[in-house]
Amino acid sequence: MEAAAGGGCGSGPPLLLSEGEQQCYSELFARCAGAAGGGPGSGPPEAARTVPGTVTAAAGPVADLFRASQLPAETLHQITELCGAKRVGYFGPTQFYIALKLIAAAQSGLPVRIESIKCELPLPRFMMSKTDAEIRFGNPAELHGTKVQIPYLITEKNTFKRMDDEDKQQETQSPTMSPLASPPSSPPHYQRVPLSHGYSKLRSSTEQMHPAPYEARQPLVQPEGPSSGAPGAKPPRHKASLIRSFSVEREPHDNSSNYPDEPWRITEEQREYYVNQFRSLQPDPSSFISGSVAKNFFTKSKLSIPELSYIWELSDADCDGALTLPEFCAAFHLIVARKNGYPLPEGLPPTLQPEYLQAAFPKPKRECTLFDSYSESMPANQQPRDLNRMEKLSIKDTADFPVPTQDVTSDDKQEQNKTRLALKSTADEALPKDMSEDPATSKDSNSLKARPRSRSYSSTSIEEAMKRGEDPPTPPPRPQKTHSRASSLDLNKVFQPSVPATKSGLLPPPPALPPRPCPSQMSKPRHRELQEFPQGHPQQSEQVSEAEIHPQLNRAPSQVAESSPTKKDIPHSQPPSKPIRRKFRPENSATESQEPPSTVGPVSAASGKPHAAVQKQSSKQKKAIQTAIRKNKEANAVLARLNSELQQQLKEVHQERIALENQLEQLRPVTVL
Amino acid sequence: MAVCVAVIAKENYPLYIRSIPTENELKFHYMVHTSLDVVDEKISAMGKALVDQRELYLGLLYPTEDYKVYGYVTNSKVKFVMVVDSSNTALRDNEIRSMFRKLHNSYTDVMCNPFYNPGDRIHSRAFDSMVTSMMIQVC
Repeated sequence: MEAAAGGGCGSGPPLLLSEGEQQCYSELFARCAGAAGGGPGSGPPEAARTVPGTVTAAAGPVADLFRASQLPAETLHQITELCGAKRVGYFGPTQFYIALKLIAAAQSGLPVRIESIKCELPLPRFMMSKTDAEIRFGNPAELHGTKVQIPYLITEKNTFKRMDDEDKQQETQSPTMSPLASPPSSPPHYQRVPLSHGYSKLRSSTEQMHPAPYEARQPLVQPEGPSSGAPGAKPPRHKASLIRSFSVEREPHDNSSNYPDEPWRITEEQREYYVNQFRSLQPDPSSFISGSVAKNFFTKSKLSIPELSYIWELSDADCDGALTLPEFCAAFHLIVARKNGYPLPEGLPPTLQPEYLQAAFPKPKRECTLFDSYSESMPANQQPRDLNRMEKLSIKDTADFPVPTQDVTSDDKQEQNKTRLALKSTADEALPKDMSEDPATSKDSNSLKARPRSRSYSSTSIEEAMKRGEDPPTPPPRPQKTHSRASSLDLNKVFQPSVPATKSGLLPPPPALPPRPCPSQMSKPRHRELQEFPQGHPQQSEQVSEAEIHPQLNRAPSQVAESSPTKKDIPHSQPPSKPIRRKFRPENSATESQEPPSTVGPVSAASGKPHAAVQKQSSKQKKAIQTAIRKNKEANAVLARLNSELQQQLKEVHQERIALENQLEQLRPVTVL
Repeated sequence: MAVCVAVIAKENYPLYIRSIPTENELKFHYMVHTSLDVVDEKISAMGKALVDQRELYLGLLYPTEDYKVYGYVTNSKVKFVMVVDSSNTALRDNEIRSMFRKLHNSYTDVMCNPFYNPGDRIHSRAFDSMVTSMMIQVC
């Protein structure tokens, strides 16, 4: 290199370089040249004009390097002029070395003159990476250099995967652009990380970051870079571009974190990124990633296996072979740090401890996001399911839904667990239980931010549910009170407008009965009479019939005549069903006394013209009543038949059961040995 | 307390072997190697009974003039061998057991690491530090 430089040194004054200077300069030149030689489109036109065979440094990286020297732009211009780059149009080795020497001179306070470089000068100072600084320049600002690497931690991590895919393509992108662009907008502050930058910039910058560790470890490889040429020298190219980026980075801001822990602190953006990556591997943020999954993921970082193994050792605090979210973030962060040249710590830094991370970040975010998802979905249906997913706790079956709500009404974490348990259990049971328990659980979770959201949703849903629940059950109140679970099931069916189950089948018969008497608008005895039949209570019928008898007897025979056709209808409907006969037996017995008058009645009615004449007005009503009575009786008959059939079935089932039990008893002594 | 700690794989090749560097380490390697026969003997002797009854701690494998060799076998036939200085006044059996238990726990942690392929040499720093703590106590 130096020989070539000397050979190519036609345009500049003779350079006397000390050994140390030679080393530094050659390395710097290699980097700049490597970067230039790497991308076909990256080099500025000057590179294209170079004589084939001459290695030149692209103006871009060189400019960056010069800027890193923290000299004013004017001085840099002078230097470039003096070194001859402008004259020849490119930065050959000679020019480059002269420029570096001039920079050194300028930094040591000497005027920028060719003569200055003839004397011995200290090495030019650049805001370079820590490794370079330590090795070569003894940069006092090396600390800043290391800090500066931090912002790229994120950028690199962001484009982890992309780097893998587009590693080769990245190099062709204008590396010159990114370093220039990034420093002004991305001060090395940890928080203000260039996450906001376009991914292209990130890619290039991260690509530059990529070789940092390699460079740190393999400084010797660099001189080989330019010699090996573009195609086969991706890593050296990386290194060159990397150093460039570093050099650029250094210049602006040294104000970044001076705290020793700073590299190990996770910023909000980083945290979000890690959480997203976690989610991509494992949708449930409260669960963990298995070892194999994590291994595949982290292997993409292209760190060596021993290093990854060590990082895992550090981050998996409980050594269970799986990573929870805080553990994952810690591991990710360590990988990012390592990729950016940070030596791995001996022990897990306090800011990366799972407890710290959990305290600092996770719950509000984790559960906020979770509950966001809840809020989006139907609160009634999906909340219990989401909560189920969230909880690792096993299901405990709660007996009645009032019970878990009582258990839940206290404000401990354990209670929260119980609420979760309750929530989980309710998910297994009917939905209305969930809704009823949600307000209880939401009351408990005061500590969590997102819970109020659920509260709002759950409370409204529960109110609606309760309202809805109240309406249908009113018709059959009594059956519900006896079965609490059944009630919840009924509520469940209430909310699901689909088929009501058998229990809801209880509804029709009872409510059907009361409306029947409604059509009858006649006098009270007739009401009583009509009511008597549908209800089918013998006692009531007896009472009614007795009550009926008296008014009938007291009233005109016309009424008896009216009652007679009804009674005639009754006997017709009686034969198919015995219970009806039972019902009507007391009626018959009660009405036996009426029979003579009834038998007399039709005779009298048939012959009683004056009766018919008087009864014209009430006949229509009577007909209406009679039709209503017939309908009711028919329905009654049908139900009575059903009842009898079911009773028969029940008897048969009982008999079968008895037979089976006998068989079982017979078999038992046989099997027991 | 221990002068040499070794972890031997099922196929009887060392996964991890470390000794106090003061002396000829090869001697310790040789002792560990010869102890493997004793370990196998003990395993086979107990193996006739149900495997569950076989205890992991094998106890004193064989004593030499200067050293005592203790052994421990896991259920996956990974052997831990520990060489202890005889001059060290009687290390109680319980202490040896506890040391083996610690070894076993650390080994389990190493296995939990997904980046560790069973059968590789153990490079875990945590494991190293644990072994160091065991060996440092000799002084």
